[in-house]
Amino acid sequence: MPWSSAFRSPPSSSAARPIPPFSPPKTAPCSSPCTFPTTFIRLFTDNLYVAAYLSSIRIAAIATIITLIVGYPMAYAIARAPDRWRNILLMLVILPFFTSFLLRVYALTGFMRGNGVINQVLGLFGVQPLVMMQTDFAVYVGIVYTYLPFMILPLYTTLVKLDTSLFEASADLGAKPLRTFLSVTLPLSLPGIIAGSMLVFIPAIGEFVIPSLLGGPETLMIGRVLWDEFFTNANWPRAAAVAMAMLLVVVVPIMLLQRAQGAVVEK
Amino acid sequence: MRRGWFLPIAAALGFSFLYAPIVSLVIFSFNENRLVTVWSGFSLKWYGELFRDPQMLGAAWLSLQIAALAASIALVLGTLAAVALVRFRRFKGRTLFSGMVSAPLVMPDVITGLALLLLFVAMESLIGWPRGRGMLTIVIAHATFCTAYVCVVVQSRLSDFDRSLEEAAMDLGASPLRTFFDVTLPIIAPALVSGWLLGFTLSLDDLVIASFVSGPGSSTLPMVIFSKVRLGVSPDVNALATIIIGIVALGVLAATIIQLRSKPKKARV
Repeated sequence: MPWSSAFRSPPSSSAARPIPPFSPPKTAPCSSPCTFPTTFIRLFTDNLYVAAYLSSIRIAAIATIITLIVGYPMAYAIARAPDRWRNILLMLVILPFFTSFLLRVYALTGFMRGNGVINQVLGLFGVQPLVMMQTDFAVYVGIVYTYLPFMILPLYTTLVKLDTSLFEASADLGAKPLRTFLSVTLPLSLPGIIAGSMLVFIPAIGEFVIPSLLGGPETLMIGRVLWDEFFTNANWPRAAAVAMAMLLVVVVPIMLLQRAQGAVVEK
Repeated sequence: MRRGWFLPIAAALGFSFLYAPIVSLVIFSFNENRLVTVWSGFSLKWYGELFRDPQMLGAAWLSLQIAALAASIALVLGTLAAVALVRFRRFKGRTLFSGMVSAPLVMPDVITGLALLLLFVAMESLIGWPRGRGMLTIVIAHATFCTAYVCVVVQSRLSDFDRSLEEAAMDLGASPLRTFFDVTLPIIAPALVSGWLLGFTLSLDDLVIASFVSGPGSSTLPMVIFSKVRLGVSPDVNALATIIIGIVALGVLAATIIQLRSKPKKARV
């Protein structure tokens, strides 16, 4: 199948040509008739698409959980920081969010490359260089790195509003800090957790830049499949069908996000 | 509450994770060696190379123009949407409207890009506008998603706005339009500035949507950077990144100061 080999070829094949195909969709090549049902049926009968959707959801979900684990303590620390520190710390969280996304992903490649900063530091301790680039691991790091501010900000908003007397009450009643955290702080910050997780999960599902710069050729993500369908194969109808199916995947998370954001603001 | 050591350490680690790659990028932009990770001495030669690269300069100029135009269009549309959402609390289709305004905030870029392109192609064959694809289509596309961001920023400012000021103006005989320009606009001005800046940086940063809707000869800066980075490491991208990071850092700093200054000195609890 021509498109599958095109997809599996290393990203450099389409890299030399950043300019999209400008032929109108009528002339787009269709191996099979590109009519409405066929394009969609193809999405389900072809293993590539199903695998890409499942793999995108898996990668996005794992990355979201890691982002939550990294971001929660940071948000909590900022919320509990002294007043004069808080705004500075918040600005430090927001700053990378404004710094070019593409350039931050590029900065990571310089960090994780075979002769990159991490491996050079490890080399000082006599550790063999690790292969990090072009793996799923690099994609996780990339998503966590670029989407961390989206997780921290809603978490901070809920955590900073928590009534501290609740912690005191819990401690007075004999709960250990961990117990207080698990049965008071965590449930009360749930809207922030949901909002932050959805803000990471939804865009991560359709992510294109991160898997194509950090992932390997076997890192299947639906955003990349769509891109290749469109730019490499110039199959516009199928790219549109892939996008429609992706929309269905993100509709439920978007609704969850809407409700959680309402709760974050109202509190 | 017991402070403990866990939170500060976790925060410190998190912040170093956020900043270490950026810092190393900035440091290596002053590296003389072509091998980006081998330090061989301080040099500004990559900056010189950058400013002699006509492709980069052209793309940068195009991106700046697009960003300024898109942010300005988005400023007007986003403010109007925010006023509608905050002032007319209940109207038919409010949920749909607010959902559609905020959807581009989280929508995966590939979907937005492809959808806009198909719209442009359909419009061209139906009404003959916009003819072809290029700067105009990128501006429209960027204005679309920037509107969502402007709307959110202005909305939050409008919702803690003392409406009695407007009522006072109208009691004194000002027309609603006059009230809007003389009272409302100056009060929400800081939000307008930060909304515009937000739109500007987001437009400057966008790769995916621009790639879908651009035409031959209109490659934006991120598109040029992406094709360079994909082919391998190029030290002049480090230099460019350093310049952009510097400008953005100044911009965010300015926006933060404006926001903090303009906030009424409420007792913070």
